[in-house]
Amino acid sequence: MSKTIIKLENVYYSYEKKLVLENINLTIKEGMFVGLVGPNGGGKTTLIKIILGLLKPQRGNVYLLDKPIDSFKDWNRIGYVSQKANTFNKGFPATVFEVVSMGLTAKVGYFRFFNKRHKERVLEAIRQVDLESYAYENIGNLSGGQQQRVFIARALVSDPQLLILDEPTVGIDYQNVKRFYDLLYKLNKEKNITMLLVTHDTGAVTKYATEIACINQKLHFHGEACVYQSLSQEKLSKIYGHPVQIVVHDHD
Amino acid sequence: MLADLLQFEFLRHTFFTGLLVGIIAPLLGAFLVVRRLSLLADALSHVTLAGIAFGLFMEKRFSYPVITPFYSGMLFSVIGALLIEKLRSIYKAYQEIGIPIILSSGVGLSVILISLANGFNTDLFNYLFGSVSAVSRSDFYSIIAITVIVLTLIVLFYKELLTLSFDEEHAIVTGIHAKRIHFIFIFLTALVIAASIRIVGVLLVSALMTLPVASAMRLASSFKQLIAYSVLFAETSVITGLISGYYLDIPPGGTIVMVAVFILLITIGYKRLLARRIKGVEQS
Repeated sequence: MSKTIIKLENVYYSYEKKLVLENINLTIKEGMFVGLVGPNGGGKTTLIKIILGLLKPQRGNVYLLDKPIDSFKDWNRIGYVSQKANTFNKGFPATVFEVVSMGLTAKVGYFRFFNKRHKERVLEAIRQVDLESYAYENIGNLSGGQQQRVFIARALVSDPQLLILDEPTVGIDYQNVKRFYDLLYKLNKEKNITMLLVTHDTGAVTKYATEIACINQKLHFHGEACVYQSLSQEKLSKIYGHPVQIVVHDHD
Repeated sequence: MLADLLQFEFLRHTFFTGLLVGIIAPLLGAFLVVRRLSLLADALSHVTLAGIAFGLFMEKRFSYPVITPFYSGMLFSVIGALLIEKLRSIYKAYQEIGIPIILSSGVGLSVILISLANGFNTDLFNYLFGSVSAVSRSDFYSIIAITVIVLTLIVLFYKELLTLSFDEEHAIVTGIHAKRIHFIFIFLTALVIAASIRIVGVLLVSALMTLPVASAMRLASSFKQLIAYSVLFAETSVITGLISGYYLDIPPGGTIVMVAVFILLITIGYKRLLARRIKGVEQS
């Protein structure tokens, strides 16, 4: 029996009077690659923020690694790559090495300094995303796809069990998107890192993810990716509230 | 100046204070600039002026010094920093609004207190534009203490400050106490401003914190380099500015800042030349 990484029980969330999430029950187990899809404004980002402890649900329980979120302390076991990663201050004078080492700041802890072992860990994370030749370059000089991989490395450096990615491929060109998904796939398979990927790209996600969760206020579908792919047009249109088409990319 | 430096104690104090301020002002400035909070230094320096005016007023009112302008300036600067933080949490969607509020309150209060102290005189002029002879022995010791505090805390919290400056949301998600770290940072900024005012004056203290960083920004590819270049440029400006100010009998605030502006122009020109040369190579 594999470990439970995330468990949501009867979660409700509303902004002012607008109900965004209604009775969400979702369990994510170790090693899964979950694609979280759904229409804009359907509550995907809200759900991520709840899982990250940035928002508190009005009702319901959230468990991370079997602990209630209020008493959860192991935040470095969770890596997070946000949408903002492609709107960061590109003029910030920091090298790839410096940015990736920021992922260790909290783990190293207050009043302690980076030692040799930490530095090696940072270089290892940079190698994992194939950027070793850019380690001491200014991050602003890298392409969008490379920058996004830097943020993956920053999330990986603290050895997380779970990676949460919120629309990480926005603004990245097609070639690099494929490369990016391949990297996630590899990390999921080889390092057994559980993935929770929020995306618009339903086509790509059904190709890489093992499970799909589709959210539009309620959790409308949760199951294996191939089942989601075979859902009828009619059913999908009902969930999204408008006609949709899953475009499966065959890049080869 | 060097011969005079050995002869006159006050010059020695000024010179060494300049060297210390040349380290801590751009050090804090580097974080201010990358967090887009450069104007915070302006707001706090004007609150410090109110504090100085308060000290002058107390000196005038009571024949014995209750609190010297240097210390009352420091006190007001720290209070101003706390108020800006408070305003930031009140106006969450308009976080920068605290800066003009505090700046104008500082100036308003200064005008009233200065008038009450009948203080529109040379003393005030020194506070506004800096002076080569204003640093007393006790001021000098306080500035050494401030430098030690600032350097210690920056070294201790360097990684947290950098992480927070780069990406606040990520820092919070990973479990860094953003509010506490930010509070330490703004407190240090207030101390540095109070310390720098003796040399460069109220009106130009923010320049010493931001101009060297703006120059360094053109050249640095890492944050450590940014700090190193900033300190180098600030020290060059302070030393050149103090010596020329002394010989030309000009308040050092003016000469220091103009040297810093000159360095900025050189770095911008240098970067342009470099870009043109690379372009030329590519074309040929």
